[in-house]
Amino acid sequence: MEIVRPQSLDEALAAKSAMPDALPLAGGTDVMVEVNFAGLRPSRVVGLRQVDELEAWDERRIGAGVTWTRLESGPYPALAQAARTVGSPQIRNAGTIGGNLGTASPAGDGLPWLAALDADIEVASANRGTRRMPWNEFIMGVKKTALEPDELIVAVVLPDTMPRTEAFAKIGIRSAMVIATVNCVVARWDDGRVAVALGSVGPTPIRARRAEELISSEPQPSEATMAEFARLVSEEVRPISDHRSTAAYRRHSSGVLARRLLERCLAA
Amino acid sequence: MIIELTINGEARTATVAGSESLLTTLREELALPGAKNACEQGECGSCSVLMDGTLVCSCLVMAADCDGAAVTTIEGIASDGVLNAVQHAMHDAGAVQCGFCTPGIVIAATNLFAEDPHPSPDTIREALAGNICRCTGYGAIMRALEQVAEGSS
Repeated sequence: MEIVRPQSLDEALAAKSAMPDALPLAGGTDVMVEVNFAGLRPSRVVGLRQVDELEAWDERRIGAGVTWTRLESGPYPALAQAARTVGSPQIRNAGTIGGNLGTASPAGDGLPWLAALDADIEVASANRGTRRMPWNEFIMGVKKTALEPDELIVAVVLPDTMPRTEAFAKIGIRSAMVIATVNCVVARWDDGRVAVALGSVGPTPIRARRAEELISSEPQPSEATMAEFARLVSEEVRPISDHRSTAAYRRHSSGVLARRLLERCLAA
Repeated sequence: MIIELTINGEARTATVAGSESLLTTLREELALPGAKNACEQGECGSCSVLMDGTLVCSCLVMAADCDGAAVTTIEGIASDGVLNAVQHAMHDAGAVQCGFCTPGIVIAATNLFAEDPHPSPDTIREALAGNICRCTGYGAIMRALEQVAEGSS
């Protein structure tokens, strides 16, 4: 195995251009599970841990190499809540938000927040420069992204207008160290607009658009509207049954979770 | 390839064959068996080490990506045969059953107390969420660590 450990983003992009087949390695918490269990034996690796630019974080732009531990104490409440539910302290010290995007697992705990905010994903290559695309163009399917072989994920770019309130919750078989059965973010903006995004209930994060539309026009929803909101969320998700849960349970809990988070947003 | 590490303050070199983990290198190349190999997927914490001062699962770190790193393993926690406060308290409280999880728990708890000398019981529990004791000896482990947190150990 050959490994290159660039010291800057330019070096990293040059390495990826020269070796498009190389596996990008950040925190390693997904890659090494594949190595340990699935027989992954990369012939070439680009180790990204020493690329400072990927760890940069200003208000609207989160570097791909920012760890869950850093996000846990960050200024975005729902992302901080999500970060705190990722694995253990050991995992959160290593795993990154860029890694969540690169892996593009349907259960990725950072992804519903990016979906709710309509965040853009910034990727770059040495030859073609930087391009930016909406999250739902970047995440194309189960563990499938729009990243080209010579590109690296550089950052997440947040919208100019951030929500006034936002909340994250997750259901799993226990309260720590668990992969989501359902995870959900509800965000509410000053103008009353509401976004609802759910993970683990479809191949990619799902926005419950009809539920959003219903609730965004009602600043003080009645009990009947809240119930209809939950019903629409349950209708809009596309869960499957697998070893973690059944489709029916995921569908039911999606509505419960979204309603609970909406109540928190309305009360805040 | 050859990597250079500083392990418990000592310069060491190790041969890395491919994509194997730091845990494999520690145990099989460097004869440091204190970090344990159990789940190999970051669930159990028995392989916990400090890498450049950060608590990680060594089974999820690619050894080839560690060249130049400083690693603290359980073998480096006691100094000159003197147990640190966590080891001492766990010994006194009998917070060891089979002992397999103990190195990871000592590393994780030592890391916690370095950051927060007086954590609440909830903070201790959360800091140890990634360290599983399959003997379920958590009661004695918590009693030991609460003593350290109160400064009485």
